[in-house]
Amino acid sequence: MASFIQLLVSGLATGAIYALIAVGFTLLWQTSQTINFAQGEFVMLPAFFILAAMNLGAPFWLAALIGIAVSIFILGLIFKIVIVDPMLRHGVLPLVISTIALSLFLKEVAKDFYSSQAQPFPALVPSTDIHVFGAVVSTQSLAVLAVAIAAVVALHLLLNKTRLGRCMQATAQNPTLARILGIPVRRMVLYTFLINGALVAIASILISPIYLAKFTNGETLGMAAFLAAIIGGFNQVRGAILGGIILGILDNLSAAYISSQYRGAFPLLILVGVILLRPQGLLGRIEERTV
Amino acid sequence: MNRVGIIGIAIAAVSAAALPFFLKPFGIYLISMWVVLTIAAIGLNLTLGYAGQVSLAQGAFVGIGAYSVALLTQAGWPYPAAFICAGLLCFGIGWILGYPALRVQHHYLAFVTLAFTTLVFLVLRNEEWLTHGIYGINGIVRPTLFGWSTNGARAYYFFSLGTLTVLAAGTWWMLRSPWGRAFIALRENPIRALSLGLDTRRYTLMAFAIGSMLGGLSGALYAPLVQFIEPNSFTLGLSFNLLLMVIVGGSGKFFGPFLGALIAVLLPEWMRITEGYYLIIYAALIMVMMAFCPYGVLGMLERALKAVGVRRDPPAPALQAEGTGL
Amino acid sequence: MSAVLEVSNLRKSFGGITAVDNVSFDVREGEILGIIGPNGSGKSTLFNCVLGQLTPSAGEVRLDGKVTTGMRPCDLNRLGVSRTFQLLQVFPQLSVRDNLILAGQEHKGSMYSRLIGRADAGLGEAADKMIEFFRLSHLAGEQAGALSYGQQKLLDAAMAFMAGPRFVLLDEPAGGVNLTMLGLLRERLQAYHAERKATFVVIEHQMEFVMALCTRVLVLAEGRLIAEGAPADIRRNTAVIEAYLGREMANA
Repeated sequence: MASFIQLLVSGLATGAIYALIAVGFTLLWQTSQTINFAQGEFVMLPAFFILAAMNLGAPFWLAALIGIAVSIFILGLIFKIVIVDPMLRHGVLPLVISTIALSLFLKEVAKDFYSSQAQPFPALVPSTDIHVFGAVVSTQSLAVLAVAIAAVVALHLLLNKTRLGRCMQATAQNPTLARILGIPVRRMVLYTFLINGALVAIASILISPIYLAKFTNGETLGMAAFLAAIIGGFNQVRGAILGGIILGILDNLSAAYISSQYRGAFPLLILVGVILLRPQGLLGRIEERTV
Repeated sequence: MNRVGIIGIAIAAVSAAALPFFLKPFGIYLISMWVVLTIAAIGLNLTLGYAGQVSLAQGAFVGIGAYSVALLTQAGWPYPAAFICAGLLCFGIGWILGYPALRVQHHYLAFVTLAFTTLVFLVLRNEEWLTHGIYGINGIVRPTLFGWSTNGARAYYFFSLGTLTVLAAGTWWMLRSPWGRAFIALRENPIRALSLGLDTRRYTLMAFAIGSMLGGLSGALYAPLVQFIEPNSFTLGLSFNLLLMVIVGGSGKFFGPFLGALIAVLLPEWMRITEGYYLIIYAALIMVMMAFCPYGVLGMLERALKAVGVRRDPPAPALQAEGTGL
Repeated sequence: MSAVLEVSNLRKSFGGITAVDNVSFDVREGEILGIIGPNGSGKSTLFNCVLGQLTPSAGEVRLDGKVTTGMRPCDLNRLGVSRTFQLLQVFPQLSVRDNLILAGQEHKGSMYSRLIGRADAGLGEAADKMIEFFRLSHLAGEQAGALSYGQQKLLDAAMAFMAGPRFVLLDEPAGGVNLTMLGLLRERLQAYHAERKATFVVIEHQMEFVMALCTRVLVLAEGRLIAEGAPADIRRNTAVIEAYLGREMANA
């Protein structure tokens, strides 16, 4: 029982991180039909921004802020203006290809311009263990959980309780109608990109202490984002959160109870199951196309 | 096809037949690799360029084909039987994979194929009793057909080239038939196609299954070419590479895969001067190309030729006489 | 006259908005039924529900007595139902002739027999006849995307007729077409109707077109059926005028 609680807590922590990544991914898809195959690399990269800032002498907390800011700027603003906007003219397919190429590009940039070796990354809190109900839980897991939950709650409040957030939701659900209602659609779309930039940076800070900062991190994290988004329901932010948490817990449980060789297979099989049985995801709506 | 095109193809065909006599063994190996990968690219072009679906599993199908042939021939099967088996197996898997994924809209197939490729890699790596795991399969023999041994570099090149010609001709026939028209309809306007009685799901599935089958056949030729295969050759990286080949060559154009595969096989050689950075440059070029001309090299050529052509002929009188409707 | 199409209590809601609200009507064999109504009255949504593009929230559609609610458009097409589209939907990169062959090929034999058969699926002659019928002979080899708007509209209609359907739904066929072309279009539609004894349903905004072409007219407003009858009667109907022009005009 004790180890189960341990797994559950660490699973929730990982799941919360996956949720952050998946939410950003889903937001981009909803508002601008952007399927960002580079989302995993987006999470991999900010860690290197932060490490670079620290190499230049900044203390961790400052480097983290710089990393988040740079991430919002480059992975949010620049990404939208330089890559997404010119591409969308040509349709969704060229954009998909571009983000695939982008993921390769970012991976190679990290490998060639920083290091091909895994880099240690400072944790948010010193790693000590506390005892809860006889189970040993690391403070790191709890800290990750706390930050991730805070981010998700903040996002939820933004999207649902502020006027800006409701405008963004309107843009996501029906851009044409939103435009008619006077909502500055382009600016709303820009905001989702900026928010994604922030979310991936936070996810990066949370996960790099565990995974170490490696240029290959993007592959697994990207996959996690896609899986979480599809399992939860492609067109729902709440679905992405649910999907991420389920994925995190399953991931940790399967690592403990299933052979480590096939550890990566379990979420993939869940994906196949979801697509077979409930393709719109757990919380998604079936979308229809009108003529 | 216009005269320029026919002349171009004739020149290319003659070159392809003559080249091995002017190249050293490594050069022959490179052009053999080009032939083999072109087959996989033709398959992916069918899925992506004609049916409009992104598949990230083509590398996995090449792997399945390669392993099938390697294991079957080492178990005593004659090569032609193993070759056909590889193709049918990949067709079947493609059908099963595509069936649920294509019922949903958006790019679900992309994610399913992404997951599938990872799963295939895991199986290839872990199931040592079957695949020898990370140790790979060694000493794959090149077939002897009707008394002709393909063991030599040149011989195997011609064997592969012959196979490519047959498969390309078959694909050409298919695209000229009503199926080809259906695939174009699928790509250009699936809603209208549906309303005309075209079962878009069935055709998309068929394109994907045939495309996957060609991937498997490519693998069936790949294994005897390299004579040693291991799981690491058939990861997502290969799928990406094949995808980029199709795009760069010109997606949806018949000869796009030929050109794209040529560029992809020769590129690392050309970029030796840039040392390790060629991947970055390649990826950056792809992004630039997608922004300005997503139609690939052949697409750019077509546009250039069309631009030159329009300036020569005035528009037909019948088109001019029609008043502006809107 | 028997009913070819029966629509019963059809409703379609998108979240909080009800686009089609409990609409019922029949289409009788051989008639040309017009459906008119102000913008946003639910005409296109109704069409899309009948044709399988959308799944209705409630209600039933029957073709020749058989329930076809929610059937896929391609299956409906095989039952002899065809349509044109409000926003042009030809295949721009195919030639005019190829567009027409495509429009008919799915009705010739099975998918697999088409793979090994002739490249034009045996429809070359039929396509040429259709091109002539719609006065497009001089454009047969041109890419459909190069045609003028009006010519594409004719092609659109030609494609809908290619498989010889007995039931055709036309979604704003006159939209954006100039007067000369309009005359030709209407005349060709009437010719096909007379020749094949087909049944038409036409959604239109242009009153003259509807009045000249249709034998019976339905009026939709805000998702509901508000009037039904012969064109001349509809013209004088107060409820209809009110829906289009507002209460003051109706009482004027």
